[in-house]
Amino acid sequence: MIDISHLLVLGAVMFCISMAGIFINRKNVIILLMSIELMLLSVNLNFVAFSYHLGDLAGQVFVFFILTVAAAEAAIGLAILVVVFRTRQTINVAELDTMKG
Amino acid sequence: MTLIQILFYFFAIVLVAAGMRVITVRNPVHAALFLVLAFFSMACIWLLLEEEFLAIVLVLVYVGAVMVLFLFVVMMLDINIAQMRAGFVRYVWVGVGVASLIVVQLWGVFTAKNAGLASGPPHQAHGATYSNTEELGRVLYTDYVYPFEIAAAVLLVAIVAAIALTMRRRPGSKHQRPSQQVAVRRADRIRIVKMPSEKKQ
Repeated sequence: MIDISHLLVLGAVMFCISMAGIFINRKNVIILLMSIELMLLSVNLNFVAFSYHLGDLAGQVFVFFILTVAAAEAAIGLAILVVVFRTRQTINVAELDTMKG
Repeated sequence: MTLIQILFYFFAIVLVAAGMRVITVRNPVHAALFLVLAFFSMACIWLLLEEEFLAIVLVLVYVGAVMVLFLFVVMMLDINIAQMRAGFVRYVWVGVGVASLIVVQLWGVFTAKNAGLASGPPHQAHGATYSNTEELGRVLYTDYVYPFEIAAAVLLVAIVAAIALTMRRRPGSKHQRPSQQVAVRRADRIRIVKMPSEKKQ
């Protein structure tokens, strides 16, 4: 029904939007984390598109695990962000440049 | 153009527009809400591809848990929005340039005539009794049970890590320590003092 090239191009467009988001958002770490979630979403679309067209369930199983790992990574990333904010009082990416704890 | 294709284009346009708004909007709360819209439209596209279980899991897990977590954190951090937009113009052309270059290349690859993507039998539409949940469950707990258990361990590690990172002890709070309570010895609590017995007057 839906051409695989349409789905893959949509995934590519979402991936590049999220990449542009990572370039552009130098001021806000939260938007950076949201762009990473968009990137994972585009990769999920890729897997789902191939699973649909090849009739293979392995793609959907992998999407399941990507969702799991992405949720875990978002939780830990936000926990790190909260702790960094407590100590540095800023979420400006350009100001988070020291490794000093 | 069948109905499914029209719906696909509609959801795709909503998805791309929401994605663009996520990265360009000033207010992080608005960005989080646009991201929720993006996830919803992606779930609708997956419904069109007959993957209803994954679509619902996307809404439940991503929108229901991860985006709520994002909104909590955004509202908890006291962000000065006026400072946010100062450096926007400097990097916007680099970002747009690199992203458009990559999207043009990928578009060229995926829509090329001899890419070989259209080869193979076309997708067979499943019957009315097809249940994506059942098919996924059939495969997940038999062939992929080992990665399933590892995913559970990953989630446990994530919980422990998030709590360990963010929990802090207030200096004035008092709480019991059962291990020390249980390790108490009689000699720590009782001391026998020898006294002469008093005579009644």
